[in-house]
Amino acid sequence: MSAASRIVKYEVSDVIRSRWLLGYTGFFLLATEGLLRFGGDPARALVDLTNVVLLVIPLVTIVFGTMYLYSAREFIELLLAQPVGRPQLFAGLYLGLTLPLSGGFVAGVGIPFAARPLNGANGGTLLALLAVGVALTFAFTGLAFVIALRCDDRVKGLGIAIAAWAVMAIVYDALVLVLATMFANYPLERPMLALMVANPIDLGRIVLLLRFDISALMGYTGAVFKQFFGTGSGMAVAAAALLGWIAVPALLGARTFRRKDF
Amino acid sequence: MQGTPRWRLALAGALALAAASAIAAAAQMPPRTMVVSSNGPLRTISAALAQARDGDSIRVAPGVYRESTIVVDKRVDIAGDGDAILDGEHRRQIMTVTVNDVSIRHLHFRNVGVSDLGDLAAVKVVNADRCTIADNTIENAVFGIYLARSAGCRIVRNAIRGQARDEVRSGNGIHLWQSRDALIANNHITGHRDGIYFEFVTGTAVLDNVSEDNLRYGLHFMYSDDCRYVANVFRHNVAGVAVMYTHRVVMIGNTFEQNWGSASYGLLFKEIDDSRVESNHFVNNTVGLMADDANRIVAVHNEFRDNGWALKLMANTDDGRFEANNFMGNTFDVSTNGAQTSTIFTANYWDHYRGYDLDRDGFGDVPYHPVRLFSLIVGRNPPAMVLMRSVFVAALDAAERAIPALTPETPVDERPAMRPIP
Repeated sequence: MSAASRIVKYEVSDVIRSRWLLGYTGFFLLATEGLLRFGGDPARALVDLTNVVLLVIPLVTIVFGTMYLYSAREFIELLLAQPVGRPQLFAGLYLGLTLPLSGGFVAGVGIPFAARPLNGANGGTLLALLAVGVALTFAFTGLAFVIALRCDDRVKGLGIAIAAWAVMAIVYDALVLVLATMFANYPLERPMLALMVANPIDLGRIVLLLRFDISALMGYTGAVFKQFFGTGSGMAVAAAALLGWIAVPALLGARTFRRKDF
Repeated sequence: MQGTPRWRLALAGALALAAASAIAAAAQMPPRTMVVSSNGPLRTISAALAQARDGDSIRVAPGVYRESTIVVDKRVDIAGDGDAILDGEHRRQIMTVTVNDVSIRHLHFRNVGVSDLGDLAAVKVVNADRCTIADNTIENAVFGIYLARSAGCRIVRNAIRGQARDEVRSGNGIHLWQSRDALIANNHITGHRDGIYFEFVTGTAVLDNVSEDNLRYGLHFMYSDDCRYVANVFRHNVAGVAVMYTHRVVMIGNTFEQNWGSASYGLLFKEIDDSRVESNHFVNNTVGLMADDANRIVAVHNEFRDNGWALKLMANTDDGRFEANNFMGNTFDVSTNGAQTSTIFTANYWDHYRGYDLDRDGFGDVPYHPVRLFSLIVGRNPPAMVLMRSVFVAALDAAERAIPALTPETPVDERPAMRPIP
């Protein structure tokens, strides 16, 4: 068994034992079950869940991720004294957090749905929702690691993490709307799509819009939108960009980790 | 009669008697049945028609018949016996009916010619009343069934399949011009320019037809008052259904679905007055129902589900009434381009409604404003649509609901239903 997989195994069991993850899974279980039970049909529950997922996963992941790395500081220093490569250690820490978080999310949302019959369309939407949730978990864990490694002060790091979340979840879209209003007389299709690709939360949202609101999206006359939303290309571009949003912070974190003087 | 010589009276009487007996003799002449077949004495329908008298029947044996345009000028019943194919060889109109009381049944028409000079059809009925066109198959026609200045015709159970590729070189599946009191029922129309097209048509009933995958509209009519459309399905037509300049339209139990695009509507009402829209299903359209200068619409018990916009009400639409409709899963419920509307909404079910019902009468205690702030923003600035369902937009909408500043006071549903209307 390699060093990395040994660390992953240890970290996973460590995270699973923490109450955080239990609460996280329980939250999704309760939210999903509640929406399914009281919201009526599964289609509507999925729509409401989308908002929950896009709001909660980035926030919890980025906060939990930074705290996790700060609290693992002594453990990291201990292991670095051993003959363990830094990339392996980083990979172990990264997967040791992302895997339990993703698992908790998938279980929390998946179990209530698994207990009910689901038609094909809703099944597809559920899969898209789970995929977006997992992708956001990976992306925001990477961001959290970058923040925690670059900033040694815990309070400051946590502040930066929450600020980063607020910017990406809310402020960014507000600015986009202001820009769209200011430059309403210009052809805005391409810039708007580019701005959406530049924010992982918006990307995840676009992937889910393609499932829920395609009727409305097709109502817009622009050829670029029609190309983007009407063919498979929108989904392909969004998926590729989301992968980029997973890879870039993770690689950046690994680089920082390799060079950091602990 | 005073002073009329008696012999004159007698002569008149005798003449009348002779005429009457002649008519009686003609009426008593038994109707004949002629058989057209590719190896019999009558090899074309035209040949049979030349010998036929009013009231005769013509049976067409299976086979492929290629003959110049058949002009039906006697009151006959022409029916296919098995798969009798009338082939226009992409050159001509196949059949023209010019007298009353003709029936055309169980025939298989194919390959009508394209002409820049006239509208060629598989069956064209001109100035003839009470025709029956039933159980035919029409393939690859420009116009399928074409009625001009006719009354009381029945067009039932025909399957009309076109292969139209562009609007210019194609025609309509069922086309009525200046006709009245027709019945169009149980037909299936696909692959034409418009599935069903009316111009200056009155008193006609359109029942249980399916019109899908047409190049332009599933149903399109203008200046066609007092017609009824019941239990039809209009699906996946490029521009949906558009109806214009007409009074007293009744539409009951129809389905309008899967019409996507910037100029595509489940149902477009343009200058339609005093219409009744009842128990229809508007599902999966970019716009479910678009009302442009459509006054006094009464819309009850309709279902609007999974549309981009369930309802677009232009400001020039007045005095409508929307009651007991279900609005579910639509991205936007209602949008309008005016500051207020005189259209009344009451007792509808809106799945976006988040009010409460303390007095337990089944209706929410706070009114529902179906026009959202974000739909106004998108109306002014369409690319902003990519922000749909974002946290910021949700916050904006919530703020607007709490302190309305920009959204119009009307339309408003003062008594929104708490549960879907069954």
